[in-house]
Amino acid sequence: MKRVFPLFLGGITLVLIILAWFTSGGVARREMRQANTPEQAVRLMLSQIQGHNFDAAYARLSNRGDVDKNAFIREFNGSYGSLLTYSSLENFDIWGLHSSDQESTMRVRLHYSTGVGPLDDVRDVKVQKSGDTWKVFWPVNNATKLPPQVIPVNYLRWDVIGRGAGDEWGVQNVDTPQVRILSMNAIQRPDGVTLVGEVVNEDSVPAFVNVGATLLDHAGNEIAQESSFDKIAHTLLPKQVSPYRIDFPNMRMEKIKNVRMDAKALLAAASADPVIEVNQQKLETDPLGKKVLSGQLTNEGGQVVDIPHVIVSYYDSNGKVVWVSDGYVAQPLLPQVPVPFAVDLPADISKNVQSYHVVVNHFDRVSS
Amino acid sequence: MRAVIIAAMMCFSGVSAVASEIHAPAQVTAGTAITIRTSGSGDATFYLVGPASASKTKVQAGSNIPIDSDQLEDAGRYVAALCASDGCTAANFFVKPAAANKLSFLVHPSRVPVGTPQGITAVAIVHDSFRNIVLQPSPVTFSIMAKNEKSVSAARTSENGVAWVRLTSAKKGGPTRLGAAIGHADEIRVVQQVAADACNLRIKASRAKRGFLVETEPVHDCGGNPVPDGTVVSFTESDAAGKTTVDVPIKRGVAKIEMPIDGSAKITVASGVVTGNELEVTGGQ
Repeated sequence: MKRVFPLFLGGITLVLIILAWFTSGGVARREMRQANTPEQAVRLMLSQIQGHNFDAAYARLSNRGDVDKNAFIREFNGSYGSLLTYSSLENFDIWGLHSSDQESTMRVRLHYSTGVGPLDDVRDVKVQKSGDTWKVFWPVNNATKLPPQVIPVNYLRWDVIGRGAGDEWGVQNVDTPQVRILSMNAIQRPDGVTLVGEVVNEDSVPAFVNVGATLLDHAGNEIAQESSFDKIAHTLLPKQVSPYRIDFPNMRMEKIKNVRMDAKALLAAASADPVIEVNQQKLETDPLGKKVLSGQLTNEGGQVVDIPHVIVSYYDSNGKVVWVSDGYVAQPLLPQVPVPFAVDLPADISKNVQSYHVVVNHFDRVSS
Repeated sequence: MRAVIIAAMMCFSGVSAVASEIHAPAQVTAGTAITIRTSGSGDATFYLVGPASASKTKVQAGSNIPIDSDQLEDAGRYVAALCASDGCTAANFFVKPAAANKLSFLVHPSRVPVGTPQGITAVAIVHDSFRNIVLQPSPVTFSIMAKNEKSVSAARTSENGVAWVRLTSAKKGGPTRLGAAIGHADEIRVVQQVAADACNLRIKASRAKRGFLVETEPVHDCGGNPVPDGTVVSFTESDAAGKTTVDVPIKRGVAKIEMPIDGSAKITVASGVVTGNELEVTGGQ
């Protein structure tokens, strides 16, 4: 009897280990170790990246001589405090585009789980046959490298000194900035009601802005309250305009009689640097068939922008804001190095879009 | 709690009207020492309940009770009560504010666009030395000290402790000092008069290494005041490669940016809700 119980426990442990191996894709990994097909080659490499086994993933490349290993790792792990440094590769989808005996092209969609929500990255990957196995031909990153240099930056910076705690009542404080909601448009979407519009900082000092909305029913009762959260550029320099979007999920327009808008502004320390240029903006259809607004971001300053955030307002032929979409860019913005971006636009709205306005917000480890 | 104490004392005073007596002056100026006369004999307890304080002292009935000036700094109704073995008696008296000697000076806003009619409000609340609001009409002198200009003053008499003026901001930008004075008080506040929206916003373009250097002419409002540095100017360029936009803060009076241009391009400029001129340029020429 004394031996039965330990044996029983040992047996249970063994069964659990085998179950865990199966559920974690052990069988699939073992099957793919040989990479007999182009899909297996890509799947194996991405599984190894997902498991942070970058050495093994790098060993799967056919052009290791051309690809720097650290640069390869940085493509998935991020750099300079970019969004990918706060992310993990959650899963991926692979499908073939075209194939021959010796070479194949696969399309992969990488689903990252990031600190600001899910992030998808779609890439076309070449796979080449090398002997009996298939290996991934990884594109060489030919990004422009900025030579070491000193970039003088002398843009304005605003700091705020408020009223002291010990000051007597009646001692003057500095007023909060004057901001104004330029427009608001309520749109019924399949998943709820969305309010879109623009807000401007009319003051001569920077403002930290947030736009909130309260929906009122026909009896004048409050039925929902939301804020623009990250669908706005919060820090607005003097006379800067930002789009905003407020989503009310599971809401129907028929229930709403009135909307109470509230733009809150606070004095905020801010810097006019960096200036980010948005080039080559165009509305197009991406490889997955979705309507996107794409372009390039160029950091004109000398400071690395860790997490760029693109917010776009779309206008119809009357100049009315019909939609606001946003997207985070996985790569950091190094000075003078263009980085591509693309933000989604719902297909049913894209046909009404005549023009658009792009605003770039940014988040940095060392706050400006 | 204060009301309960007062009510109790009034009650006592009613019950023992023939016992010890207390005589307080009808009106006292804040911060002035007084003496309260009492009648009767024997040990007694003296209570003084004011708007912001209460005190209890052992006294002899029939003696004069001195009240220090620091016990009478708060204006309002006071109740003095004397409780002896034969009961309690109370008397009310009022402490009025002393002469106006301090100001709470509120100026709004702290930043105002130039030439805004009645855009600045200055309010002075008149206090005595002990922070009691002085309700008696008192003359307050308001003054405006614009930079490099002679100071201008105007007198206003306070009503119910408050005097105010409304001012139109100057045509010229810059800080303006507003003052209010009464007695020994002389308070100063600073209002920044800032340029209004940009007016007649114009851009020009010249060739540069990466395309065209697009820059504004010095940005002014309609009164000729320079728009403050840091104000955002938005440039938009449309060419064959797509649209390029960039928000550039004004630096040393102008906003400029280098833009890559592919073929013919149209460049527009805006600052807030103000739009400027449009340029058509051709790259490669």
